[in-house]
Amino acid sequence: MRTTTPAAPVPTTAGAALELRSVVKEYPGEPPVRALDDVSLRIEHGELVAVVGPSGSGKSTLLNVMGTLDRPTSGIVAVDGIDTATRSEKEVAGVRACKIGFVFQQFFLLPGMSAVENVSNGLLYQGVAPKERRERAVEALERVGLGHRLHHPPNHLSGGERQRVAVARALVHRPAFVLADEPTGNLDSKSTNAVMNLIGDLHAEGTTIVVITHDNAIAASLPRRLAVHDGAIVSDSGLDGGAQ
Amino acid sequence: MTAATMPTGQPKVLSRLRTADIFRVGASGPRARKTRTALSALGVSIGIAALVGVLGLSESSKSALLDEIASLGTNLLTVEAGAGFGGGDSALPDTALETIERIPTVTGASAVWEVDADVYRNEFIPEGETGSVQVVAADPDLVDTLNGELADGVFLDEATSVYPNAVLGSVAAERLGVTDLDEPTYVLIGDEYVEVIGILEEFPLAADLDRAVIIGQEAATTYYDAGTNPAAVYTRVADGAIDETRDILPSTADPENPEEVSVSRPSDALEAQAAADDALTTLFLGLGAVALLVGGIGIANVMVIAVIERRGEIGLRRALGATRAHIRRQFLTEAVILSVLGGVGGVLIGVAATYVYATSQDWRVIIPQEAAIGGFLGAIAIGAVAGLYPASRAARLAPTEALRT
Repeated sequence: MRTTTPAAPVPTTAGAALELRSVVKEYPGEPPVRALDDVSLRIEHGELVAVVGPSGSGKSTLLNVMGTLDRPTSGIVAVDGIDTATRSEKEVAGVRACKIGFVFQQFFLLPGMSAVENVSNGLLYQGVAPKERRERAVEALERVGLGHRLHHPPNHLSGGERQRVAVARALVHRPAFVLADEPTGNLDSKSTNAVMNLIGDLHAEGTTIVVITHDNAIAASLPRRLAVHDGAIVSDSGLDGGAQ
Repeated sequence: MTAATMPTGQPKVLSRLRTADIFRVGASGPRARKTRTALSALGVSIGIAALVGVLGLSESSKSALLDEIASLGTNLLTVEAGAGFGGGDSALPDTALETIERIPTVTGASAVWEVDADVYRNEFIPEGETGSVQVVAADPDLVDTLNGELADGVFLDEATSVYPNAVLGSVAAERLGVTDLDEPTYVLIGDEYVEVIGILEEFPLAADLDRAVIIGQEAATTYYDAGTNPAAVYTRVADGAIDETRDILPSTADPENPEEVSVSRPSDALEAQAAADDALTTLFLGLGAVALLVGGIGIANVMVIAVIERRGEIGLRRALGATRAHIRRQFLTEAVILSVLGGVGGVLIGVAATYVYATSQDWRVIIPQEAAIGGFLGAIAIGAVAGLYPASRAARLAPTEALRT
C-alpha cells in the first residue's frame, strides 16, 4: 500500500497508543456539517483518559474516528503507530481486531452465548484457534473478577456483571487501548462504582483506557480529561497532550 | 511484537476468520433462536418432502406396474376380426388358429369363440338381466397363453371341455354372485345348468374375458351350436420378433380379407398408463417446486428480519474486527444452514411418506437417489440464493450505524 496519496507518507511517532492529527470530519449537506474540526490528540500507552462533553459536542463522532469505525474526512488517525487513513476496509478491520478493545453502553453481549463464548469472540477475527480463545477468555474473565460466572448466559447476569464481561472481551486480545463509550450509562450507582474501580485497577496494571462520558463526576475521577465542545477539544488536563 | 519495533509500512495486523469459525459463527444465530430456525426450515422441508415423496411414489408405483407388465409379458398379441366394411359380425376364418400357430415366431396361440347364449345364476332371474356377461368357448391352453391364474377351482382340460362345465371370469363371477366353490355351484347357460369348476383371477391383458363365462369348445358346439370361426386368437410371440410377426398376422389369419383383421398388443395400454402417471408426476413435481420456492422466500424473509434485528450484533462484530466479507459469509452461512436443516428434514419426511404409502399398496419401496441427493443440493442452492440479499445488506451496514440504537 505505498501509494502517494497526500496523507500516506506522513510519519507517525511510534509509541503512542493513539494519535489523531488535524482530524476533520464533515457530513455532507448544505452547508456541510463539520462534526470534528481539526482535532489533534495523543494518548500514550498506559494512560487512562476521559473524553467528556455534552451530547451534540462531537463526542460520538470522535469515538467513532478514534475506534476506526468511521473514517475522517481529512487528517491522520494512527493506532499504535499504524496510520489507518490510507488503509483498506479489510486492513482497518485488522487494526480493530488486533489493536482496539470496545466497551459499549449497551454491553452488546450476544444472547444464547455464555460469558466465556462472548469474551472469546474478542479473539475470533484474529484467527486464534478455538482452544486458545477459550483459555484466554477464561483468564480475562478471572481478571475482571468473573471466574465464577464463566458459563452463565448474559441474561443470567446483573448489569454490572454484563459490563465486566464486556470489559473482559475488550481486554482479551491485549489491545493497544480500550475505548469505553459511556460504560456506566446503563448501570446503577453500585455497579457504576464497581465498573469504574475495575477500570482503575486495569489502568494500574498498565492497560490504556479511553472513557467517553457526559458525566463530569466520572470524568473528574480520571487522571486526564479531554473536554470536547463543538467538534473541537477545548481543554486537556494532560501533562503534554497533543492538542491545543 | 510491539508497535515500537514494527515498521509502519507492513504491520502484521490482519482480520482473519478461520474456516471452521465461519460455520461456528453462522450456526450461532440459528442455535440461539431455535423455534424460528425450526419454522423457517420447515418451509423448505415441505418443498423437499413433496419433491422426494412424489418422485419416490411415482417410481414405486411405476415399478409395481412395470413388474406387472413384465410378469404378464409384453409379447402377447391379440388377433381379432375387425369390423370390416359392411361386414356385420365378421369372424376370423376357422383356419385362423391353425395358420397362426404355423408362424415360426409364434410360441403359443389360443382361440376363443363366441357362444350365442345368455347366462343367469338360476331360472328365477328375469331374462333381461344378463349382467352383460358373455359366454365364450375356449381351448384348455387359454390360461397358459394369457399367463392367467385361478382364484378357485381348476380351468378346463381335455376331459371337462367336452361336457357342460364352466369357468367364470372375475367380473362375471361377481355379477353372478359366485364367490367361492366350496359347495357345488351351477349357473344357467341357455337352458342347461352347468357346473362351475373354476373362477379366474383378473386378466389385465384381456379384460373382455373378465366379463365372460368360459366353456369348452366341444361342449359349445355340442350343446349350444356354436360356430367354428374364432372371435379372437391370443398369440404369444418370441421376444424380439414382435413387430415382424405383427405385420404378417392379418394376412396369415385371413388371407382373403387381411384388412378385416385387427391385431393389438394389450401391454401397450398398461404402458400408456405408466406414461399417464408420468404426466401426473410432473404436475406434482411442479407443485413441490413451488412449495420449495415459497420455503426459500420464507428463509430470505427470516434472514432480512434477522439482519434488522441484529444490527447491534453486526456492529459489534465489525468493532471486534470483522470485515464486510466476514459479515456477508456469516449471514450466507446462516441461510444455508436453515435450508440444509430443511433439506435434511424434507428428505426424511419424503422418504418416510414414500415408505408408508408404498408399503400400504404392497409396492416395492423405491427412493430415487437423484431425488434424495437432488433435493438436498436443491435446498443448499435455495438457501444460498435466499441468503444473498440479506447477507449483502448486513455487509453493507456501516458499523457506526449498526451500533447506534
